[in-house]
Amino acid sequence: MNALPWTIYFSFAGALLALVAGTHSAAVARRVALTTALAGLAAAALAAARFVPGPGMQDLQDVAWIPELGIRYHLAADGISLTLVLLTGIAATAGVLFSWNIEERVGEFFALYFALIGGVYGVFLSADAFVLFVFYEIAIVPKYFLIANWGSTNREYGAMKLVLYSFVGSALVLAGLLWAYAAGGGKSFALADLVRTAAGFSRTEQLAMFALVFLGFGILAGLFPFHTWAPTGHVAAPTAASMLLAGVVMKLGAYGCLRVAMPMFPAGLAFWQPAIAWLAIAGILYAGLVALVQEDFKFVIGYSSVSHMGFVLLGLASANPRAVSGAVLQMFSHGVIAGLLFAVVGRMVYERTHTRRLADLQAMPLHRWLPFPALVFVLAGLASMGMPGFSGFPSELTILIGAWKTSPVWALCAGAGVLVAAAFTLRAIQVAFFGRANRHEAPSHRIEAELRTDDNVETTPALATPHHPYAPISWPEKAGALLLIAATVYIGLRPDFLLRWITPALESPMLQAILKGGTP
Amino acid sequence: MNVAYGDLLRAFLPETCLVAGALLVLAVDLATGRRRARPERMATAAVVGAIAVLAAALGTLAMGTSGAAFGGVLVLDSLSVATRLGVLLLAFLTLLLVGPLVRLPHPAEYVAVLLFATAGLTMMAAAQQLLLAFVALELASLSLYILAGFDKSRPDSAEAALKYFLFGGISAAFLLFGFSLIYGLTGSIELPEIARTLATQPPGPLLAVALVMVLVAFGYKAAAAPFHLWAPDVYQGAPPSSAALIASASKLAGFTLFVRLLWGGLAAPPGVPSWGAVAAILAAVSLLLGNVAALAQTNLRRLLAYSAISHAGALLLGVIVAGRAGPGPLFYYAATYGIATVGAFGVIAVLDRAGGCQTIADLAGLHRRSPLLAGCLAVFVLSLAGIPPLAGFFGKFVVFAEALRAGGLAGAPGWLALLAIAMSAVALYYYLQILKQALVAPASPIASRLAVPATAAAALVAAALLLLGLGLYPSVLLRLFVSG
Repeated sequence: MNALPWTIYFSFAGALLALVAGTHSAAVARRVALTTALAGLAAAALAAARFVPGPGMQDLQDVAWIPELGIRYHLAADGISLTLVLLTGIAATAGVLFSWNIEERVGEFFALYFALIGGVYGVFLSADAFVLFVFYEIAIVPKYFLIANWGSTNREYGAMKLVLYSFVGSALVLAGLLWAYAAGGGKSFALADLVRTAAGFSRTEQLAMFALVFLGFGILAGLFPFHTWAPTGHVAAPTAASMLLAGVVMKLGAYGCLRVAMPMFPAGLAFWQPAIAWLAIAGILYAGLVALVQEDFKFVIGYSSVSHMGFVLLGLASANPRAVSGAVLQMFSHGVIAGLLFAVVGRMVYERTHTRRLADLQAMPLHRWLPFPALVFVLAGLASMGMPGFSGFPSELTILIGAWKTSPVWALCAGAGVLVAAAFTLRAIQVAFFGRANRHEAPSHRIEAELRTDDNVETTPALATPHHPYAPISWPEKAGALLLIAATVYIGLRPDFLLRWITPALESPMLQAILKGGTP
Repeated sequence: MNVAYGDLLRAFLPETCLVAGALLVLAVDLATGRRRARPERMATAAVVGAIAVLAAALGTLAMGTSGAAFGGVLVLDSLSVATRLGVLLLAFLTLLLVGPLVRLPHPAEYVAVLLFATAGLTMMAAAQQLLLAFVALELASLSLYILAGFDKSRPDSAEAALKYFLFGGISAAFLLFGFSLIYGLTGSIELPEIARTLATQPPGPLLAVALVMVLVAFGYKAAAAPFHLWAPDVYQGAPPSSAALIASASKLAGFTLFVRLLWGGLAAPPGVPSWGAVAAILAAVSLLLGNVAALAQTNLRRLLAYSAISHAGALLLGVIVAGRAGPGPLFYYAATYGIATVGAFGVIAVLDRAGGCQTIADLAGLHRRSPLLAGCLAVFVLSLAGIPPLAGFFGKFVVFAEALRAGGLAGAPGWLALLAIAMSAVALYYYLQILKQALVAPASPIASRLAVPATAAAALVAAALLLLGLGLYPSVLLRLFVSG
């Protein structure tokens, strides 16, 4: 377990090293980045191997930091943290592999990337609300520069929107936390102490504080109707950043809801529970339907993330052990699957075709030109739809069963969301990879223009040649895809691997108090 | 009172060092400067000035926190020592920037006036008597007016100086009027005595008038809305190094004097100061106006001025909570804000030398032209924006936490804290506009690589490291105020 804090320190050290290395050579910076990511993953894996599941957070580090305000640098972890730290390690490693082709300002790219990752690790390991908040804010600013510098379509707008939404969310969280801290006597920021003192607040205070903190974290988790930053930002972001943002950073929000907002203000949770659940269901259905009609391949994935995060929020709002364990499982599962989807769309396909318009992609026989991305996308799509054998299935099923316990209507409505997810995923697979194109149909103008650069285009129809115009899939892409596929398949076949960590964690006194309905 | 000149010298040791240093700067330049080129003269003057500032800092440390000095005119508590050191640090950083950068006529005079201003500011930090407070304030202000107008080759520098002088002169009149009323009410100019007398009197309309006068005057000095109108023009027109001092050290010393005056002298009856409501209104208006007006700026220096106005709002909140929480949070905020501002103006000064830096767009491609400058600017701006782990974040955090601790949402401070938190999200937008140009936008084709003089680079890196270090270990500063 004591390896876990190293995930944070490795990341920040790696950020500095990559910055220095980048001034000399891009290749060295890449290697530094991969080493850093692997070191983080190894630390997480080592901790996982030695982890003894149990209720409550197990201390990792606890030293006085700012005694004047009663703030301690307190890191701790339970099964939920460990699950998400492991996810971060996997996503960070895959993200580095999928950014292997970045040529511009490589050192700075990875420096910002690992500053973000370090913040994410820190949030998942904090046992003190101040520490959590600091790491949470550290993770915000790098996002702006990652998107604005290395992004695509409308990147400056997307970056600013995403960062301002995140920052407004964090401002709400700060307001709520400070209020609760002050109302509790202003002695300690430790989560356990805050939970204890918050129990003495009046009901009105609890309702208001819960609303502030939950909404603040919820914005980052893509809570409808405050989700619009997510598709815009994720589409504008470079591939690795999209993978991280959708895969991991949105989980920060959900994690904050579960770790901070819900235990601190049980009365607030009870009051707002139906509202949150319905907003989550609205998010699942609305984002799914929007994904169904997108013209831009990446926007399909962007909206699908919001839809899948709706399941997480529904699981949390259901507030029973089964639903919440499903929500945590879904955080892991969606983190891996969203990473895969964004990797295929943003890296494997877009970097080769230079178009994300589905209409353009439809005109190309991509399953023949790019069989590996097609295969990966089909697998990721199946996982995303919740096919048995992939991680999406146990997690969404657990959430639905859990939600049913709290309210069958919720489960039914969210179940419709699974159908919508199947519809937009199948449409994306069909249109993007198995389009109408064959040699009798003219490809779109854009493709013709590109094909003309080939020498033999005049004599041989390009579609018939084995030499399509695209670079072959490189080894980092294959490695990254395999890593993520392995994760989703393994958890799909053995969800117990994570559930045996998550379930005991839900029996901690802090969470037990808010989760009703016995053990899962 | 028998004047013991030995006591006087000891009590004003830092000021003595600074004034002697200023005279030395002039003498050295007079003796050796006439035959030499102007940059060389400026470098010499800056070195002598920096030595004087260091000597003053050593003097401050040597005296320590010995309590009231020189018959109660000065007080050497942790706040005054910390503020003196803070002012000297900021002046030192400014001198490092000034040396190689500012190509002004009369370099020695510039450094000498800068040292006089610093002497006024250090005196403000320790003054505990109305007369000395006023004299110190005027010494600092008059020197700063001159510094603002020092660039005689540019009309906007003269405009800045004139505006600053007119507004400053009026605010001095207000302050003096307020002070005279207080003297009339209490028969004393010593703050502890004033506090004792006021505690026995019922609050009357005359005291209210006096308090409003004093608050208006400090509103002007601190550039709090609605008395902020001079700030954008001064920040824009003054030479960057002068603006750096005006925006940082003068703020720090001003707020120290302000908090000592309000809480040390005029906080009667204790706990519920009658000026609280006025200060709260000033704070709220500054927060709103500063942040919203900053959104519309395209000139970098004017943007920093509006950001300074919004920070003045947060600092006023720090003044309001200082009665309960002590001056620690306020000092932490003002000092770290000063370091970030000096740094930002230092970057402007380097760019100014290389061809002008007025609009935000002038920063375009800074990451290519000078990665060091771009990196430092990012630290300063993000600290101003309040992003952890930089010191600006913790300054805001501790002030807001104390504001809420003072009574939750039952009182004005709590609501002000929420307003300030909301406004920090607005502020991030314009701070990111600066960084977008500096770190994302491509350089214009004619822009060349920037050479940063070594001393300026050292000052900027030191400021950036200070912001990071103080942000990671805020207790270093907060601890000073726990017992004192």
